[in-house]
Amino acid sequence: MAGSSQRESWGEWVDRHSGTFFIAPAVTLILIFAIFPTIYSMFFAMSRVRFTGDGLKFRFVGFRNFSKQFFGTDQVHFLGRTEPVSILAMIIFAVIVVSVLVWLYRSRKIATWVGMLGRTVSASMAIFLAWVLCASLLSGNSIGTLYTTLFYVLVGCGIQFVIGTGLAFICSQPIHGKNFFRVIFFIPLMVTPLGVGYAMKMIADITKGPFEPLLRLFGIENWVWSADAWSARLVMVVGDSWQWIPFIFICMLAALENVPQDHVEAAQVDGASSMQIFREITWPQVVPVAVTVLLIRAVEAFKIVDLPNIMTGGGPGTATESMTLHSLFVWRANDMGTSAAIGYLLLIVTVIVCASFFNYVVLGRLRRTKA
Amino acid sequence: MSDASFKFEKSGRSLMERLFEPPAIGKMSLVAKIVAYSLLAIWSVFVLFPIYWVIITSFKDAAAVNQGPFYIPFFDFQPNLDAWRAQFNIDRFCDLTSILRQVYLLVHNSFVFVVSPVISLNPMELQICKIYLAFTNSVVISVVSTTLCVAVGSMAAYALARVQYKPKFGNILVFVALLVLVIVATTYAGVPWWASSTVALAMFFFLVRSVGRYFKMRLGNNDILFWIISQRILPPIVVVIPVYVMFQAVGLLDTHLALIILYAVANLPIVVWLMHDFFANVPIELEESAQLDGATRFGIFWGIVLPLTRPGLAATTLLILVLNWNEYLFAVFIATVKVQTMPIMVAAKNAGEKGVFWWEMSAIIVVMIIPVIIMSILLTKFISKGVLQGAMKG
Repeated sequence: MAGSSQRESWGEWVDRHSGTFFIAPAVTLILIFAIFPTIYSMFFAMSRVRFTGDGLKFRFVGFRNFSKQFFGTDQVHFLGRTEPVSILAMIIFAVIVVSVLVWLYRSRKIATWVGMLGRTVSASMAIFLAWVLCASLLSGNSIGTLYTTLFYVLVGCGIQFVIGTGLAFICSQPIHGKNFFRVIFFIPLMVTPLGVGYAMKMIADITKGPFEPLLRLFGIENWVWSADAWSARLVMVVGDSWQWIPFIFICMLAALENVPQDHVEAAQVDGASSMQIFREITWPQVVPVAVTVLLIRAVEAFKIVDLPNIMTGGGPGTATESMTLHSLFVWRANDMGTSAAIGYLLLIVTVIVCASFFNYVVLGRLRRTKA
Repeated sequence: MSDASFKFEKSGRSLMERLFEPPAIGKMSLVAKIVAYSLLAIWSVFVLFPIYWVIITSFKDAAAVNQGPFYIPFFDFQPNLDAWRAQFNIDRFCDLTSILRQVYLLVHNSFVFVVSPVISLNPMELQICKIYLAFTNSVVISVVSTTLCVAVGSMAAYALARVQYKPKFGNILVFVALLVLVIVATTYAGVPWWASSTVALAMFFFLVRSVGRYFKMRLGNNDILFWIISQRILPPIVVVIPVYVMFQAVGLLDTHLALIILYAVANLPIVVWLMHDFFANVPIELEESAQLDGATRFGIFWGIVLPLTRPGLAATTLLILVLNWNEYLFAVFIATVKVQTMPIMVAAKNAGEKGVFWWEMSAIIVVMIIPVIIMSILLTKFISKGVLQGAMKG
């Protein structure tokens, strides 16, 4: 029976190392298809890449692909037009810089040196973004793909959060047909973004869309939303909100229904108005979920690509291009180095913005709740 | 909660009171009710109207679309099946006999794929109608990739909830350094990728034994969990260009396998995040008693833990299935010709279209979104049972 005992000990060996076998596939997959490409991408971003007969040829160019986005030929595309800067924008920029520096100076007492390093990175990102904002948008210049993406993230998340939470609040009240509304409101989240984009494109059409009689009533027949930068961006946000409000709705509804009902009823007996109840009892209990949901939503919002691609193809000009779409178009023009550089810039912006939000808002909230 | 016990309705309530004050605890006032229901109704219309519009547009013909908006079938316009015929019939590969032939060809080609290392056979060219091909591709890719993702992800999540890991920080540094060396060697020095990675792997094991012992810092399970979940922050555009080159190097570009692996990796963080919470809530006593009875770790996982978390598993699977079905960016890069998925087909048709072919596009979109709408209704069943609430605790 040597064979069977041999097999048994082999089985025992597998069982003893089962921890490794359980986690190895996931870690290996992530290492090969997420970590390795992320590092590899840095080399793409620092090279001029050409297709040749026997594969790719890399020529090291340092940070030229990056600096091109900030100072060189692609500046208008990426940052937007940054000249001339108006006086008002300069004043606003100065105010922002001063307040960020004051925040940084104040936090030196409460943070360790690692925390201080993180805060310095966040502060520099904030100052950089404020400079771009003041130089382009607030001075009346056009904005580039960086701020178009941030517009989708900030305005989109804001609208979605307010409407989603509002709907969740209504649905958490004692109303009939709660489950019906829950199913209906959930559907858009699952519909393919490209389908959403095309449906929105058809609905927003000026001459053949369903709102054509309404628009004619107001006398705006000849106005085309897709020809104006800001209306095109706004329509994009509407499409995005149609899709993502359900996500906020579902999560906030779950949080609102977890609020202990006896607290609310006790307050009602004491004669508190519903506004007071919401502010004093319900809201403090759902805030941790709310900031987490916002963080998740923001992380996904940075990756937006399908909607602008199908609705406007990035137009008019490059007005609705998100950074991912920008990178995709550059890749199609066979400039892999620049494409990877833009992808990396998106990664840096996403990580710093989301990590700052996580550290100062989400964790800050949790600390304050515990204290 | 019983309404009767809490009624504090006064006998003579003024009109204002009757409008704005709730009649009882747990009830809403009249005005609040009107506002709430009208807001819900408006939002339902806002949600359903685009879907309704796509569906009725798919039954319009060119005239019905171009002459301006028509809203109600049979009343405003006469619905017809032109768009659907254009998708399924006029395309000469789309009638029943050719579809059956395609099924045969698919089986044949899979057979060829399996035996190709042994016998060299040529796969037959698939002449197939586009929408059918795209639909099949989408189904195959999303189902297989979801299975892979949920299997790998829930195993990792279970292990992170039950087994203690203590990876050395030094080993990770060594690994990353070697990765950088491999990339430098392959890109700038022209060493073949398989040679450099084999050498690096050997060096890794050597260095872990020798150098690794000088680093004492260790990480814990929570660090690994955070690391896996934080992969979701990574924008896909960052990884997709190197991944394109990698798949090109091993000849997997434009294959099902490439997309299946990519989708699985992209959704791993979600699976690990959701499933970790379910597994952590399974009472550990069950597993301990099974372990005393001599069950292996895998046996416990398969026989006890997975059945206990079945609702959570189902909800996670549905969610990942929908995400895979909708994925666009990876497919744009990897699936250039043969493995076009539904989203790629829609985008390509949208870009190539001259003028307005709304009715045909609508038909394709209806085909694309019907499965997800069914899945989302199934998913809400789970969510309303509170299955996914645990993960939302923050």
